[in-house]
Amino acid sequence: MVTVADPATSTIPRRSLLARLCRDHEQLVIGGGTLVAFLLAWEAFGESGLVDPLFISSPTRVAQAGFALLHDRDFWNDLGVSGREFILGYGAAVALAVPLGLAIGLSRRLQYMLSPFVDTLNAVPRVTLLPLIILWLGIGIWSKVVVVFLGAVIPIMINTQSGVKTSEARFIRVARSFSASRFKIFSSIVLPGTVPFIFTGLKYGAGRALLGVVVGELYAATAGIGHMIAEAGNTFQTDVVFFGVLIFMATGLVVVALLDRLEQRFEKWRPNAR
Amino acid sequence: MTEHARIPKLEARDVRLDYFQPRTDARLVALDGVNLEVMAGEFVSIVGPSGCGKTTFLSVVDGLITASAGRILVDGEVVTKPGPDRAVVFQDASLLPWRTVFGNVVYGLECIGVGAREAKERASHFIDLVGLSGFEQHYPYELSGGMQQRVNLARALVMDPKILLMDEPFASLDAQTREVMQEELLRIWIQAKKTVLFVTHQIDEAIFLSDRVAVFSGRPGTVKATIPIEIARPRALALKRDARFHAVEDRIWALIEEEVKGKLNRRTIDRAGPGF
Amino acid sequence: MRAERNMRAERSCYLLHERAILGAAMVILFLLAWEGLERGWWADLLHPLLGAAAERFKLKPIFVSSPTLVAQAAFRMFFVTGEIWRDLGWSAIGYVLGLVLAIAVGIPLGLAAGWYRRFSYAVAPFLSALNATPQVAFLPLIVVWIGTGLGARILVIFLLAVLPIAINAHAAVRTIDPRLVKVAASFGASDWRLFRTVILPGSLPLVLAGLRLAVGRGMIGVVVGEIYGSASGIGAMINQAGARFQTDKVFVGVLTIVAVGVILAEVVQRIERRVEIWRPPA
Repeated sequence: MVTVADPATSTIPRRSLLARLCRDHEQLVIGGGTLVAFLLAWEAFGESGLVDPLFISSPTRVAQAGFALLHDRDFWNDLGVSGREFILGYGAAVALAVPLGLAIGLSRRLQYMLSPFVDTLNAVPRVTLLPLIILWLGIGIWSKVVVVFLGAVIPIMINTQSGVKTSEARFIRVARSFSASRFKIFSSIVLPGTVPFIFTGLKYGAGRALLGVVVGELYAATAGIGHMIAEAGNTFQTDVVFFGVLIFMATGLVVVALLDRLEQRFEKWRPNAR
Repeated sequence: MTEHARIPKLEARDVRLDYFQPRTDARLVALDGVNLEVMAGEFVSIVGPSGCGKTTFLSVVDGLITASAGRILVDGEVVTKPGPDRAVVFQDASLLPWRTVFGNVVYGLECIGVGAREAKERASHFIDLVGLSGFEQHYPYELSGGMQQRVNLARALVMDPKILLMDEPFASLDAQTREVMQEELLRIWIQAKKTVLFVTHQIDEAIFLSDRVAVFSGRPGTVKATIPIEIARPRALALKRDARFHAVEDRIWALIEEEVKGKLNRRTIDRAGPGF
Repeated sequence: MRAERNMRAERSCYLLHERAILGAAMVILFLLAWEGLERGWWADLLHPLLGAAAERFKLKPIFVSSPTLVAQAAFRMFFVTGEIWRDLGWSAIGYVLGLVLAIAVGIPLGLAAGWYRRFSYAVAPFLSALNATPQVAFLPLIVVWIGTGLGARILVIFLLAVLPIAINAHAAVRTIDPRLVKVAASFGASDWRLFRTVILPGSLPLVLAGLRLAVGRGMIGVVVGEIYGSASGIGAMINQAGARFQTDKVFVGVLTIVAVGVILAEVVQRIERRVEIWRPPA
């Protein structure tokens, strides 16, 4: 609604700069505001002695613990181990799932053959396979890599396949009217159309991969951030636990943000409906 | 120079199309013996009631669907599959959203293996011809409906087809844009010197654009009548308000009305027997 | 539409059932290959080629078990000792309670976030952060807070299940066709009536989809929650069997969880279909 105010006779009070800023960036202000309020409340509760800081810690303690950890060599080793588990498992999953997903999407026969296995694997919580995986691969880095891999490979494959199947018929019709070869149809119509789906799968798979790192390390590990969290939990070092959780949270957000960036470069042709 | 009988650029001989509807186990006849000739450089329109098979016929001509009986001949030779001699302009522009205007126009050339430099030259010429120079690097989502159809047209023309097939290309445009595009099409057609087969619902559009109008019957489709349009070219939109124009319009409408109201759809439903 | 292909009145029997045939064939091949590992079929097969090295293809049952061993164990556990029913019941309590809590909190939360823009601004950072974190990482924290009893397990399941429900409920409200809202408002509908007659039915599909996700996630919560020293429950059973190298029991447990998951997903789908009878088929 637009009201035109005549400055000479206006009785509408002029808004202060701050008020105007708040109004324009409402989302940021309210979101940031609640976050800050939450942190302050947390700090108050933790430091006031109402609740034993052993249970809930406080932002300052977590920050201090984090700072101390950054100087700890073991922490960096843990970070490296978890990082390697994630990258190896996720990388392998992408390398396998995208081509496989494309193949399954293109070949109905292949889909029929593989779907019982894909559906079953999708329904099995990886956590239940942990005892077996540890049995086969021990408690070193490779058991976690497999857990990460299993978690990421299915959503990426399913989404890629879904993308191939929803290639719009009208575009294929155009290609056929120009007598395009089957390969041409694949490379110029199916593949570009599948890219958005692949990215959806990649993002969802990244979340599951990260979950795999945590679950694997909580269960049985000798190193890694998840292991660090478990040990800190056992020794009631709540601030370290929170810091560890924070690291996973940050990783999750960063990976998704990176994928979003990458996706934008591939999808310049999309109207920005995001 | 040898004199040879003028062979039609495009000829449909007794084209018939049946299809099998698995759900009802019925055999339906979509086209029942269509005979049509289009001479070189002619602009022929097809009009008819809804569902009469106009679009289906166009798909058969292009080779996207195979006829059950009868033949399609281009320059006297039988054709059964899509080929570079015919290009279709679909009602839905169907521009590949991930390609720029330029990328879309050269798409057909890519499919048949034309070299990059030649493709670029040809594309630039036709992008200019349809009035879109300067928009080569735009993506489809940035273009209006009319502009998208121009790209669609350029994409077909750049193939240098012998015959241009147009399937209600202006149906999804608003009325004003539609009229403008009709004029534009004639301008482009005169410059490009193509043979055109144009399918439309709008009788006035058909009359305005064509040398002849073929009226389809209701389903199963066949050519009910062919009306020659003896209005001199070049034609201006103002013609549509001329009395002679209205007379032809009435005549064609009467033919179609007959189909729509009187005889309804002469549908042949056979029970497909086991020995079929 | 290819006229010729459609003219064929009969399609071969194989083609009609191709999907089931190929799928079943692959599963049978897989089971045979698996069985062969334990029984030494592969070792025997490859013996002429690899000599003594072929022995590596005969695996001890503790490593991979075999279909027959797993089937035997399943029979025992289901029908003879009945131990698995006890475990399932134990896990089910935590699961159901956690899920109910997730629904009770998640749906109102999501709907409110969808409806009141300011509320969604306030709540969104927390939901996104929670969503980006593997919620399982909170397990040690939860154990610190409330130990390892039933409460801890319910909390884990709740955390895992509440997010898909809340996020979907939020999206459900946001994607309601604004034209429908306009129509209701033009008839002078009150906020409550609007909610009851337009928002609720319109958001049901997405909410149910979120429920389907939550059901799966909750199952993960069941097993994860039992990692930390629970004595009973299906996850604990798998754990203990694994520690004792009873691989066949591990497989029985895994397959049981899969079966339960499939059944639950099917139940939700049935509900979805009943509720969405007005929808044109996708």
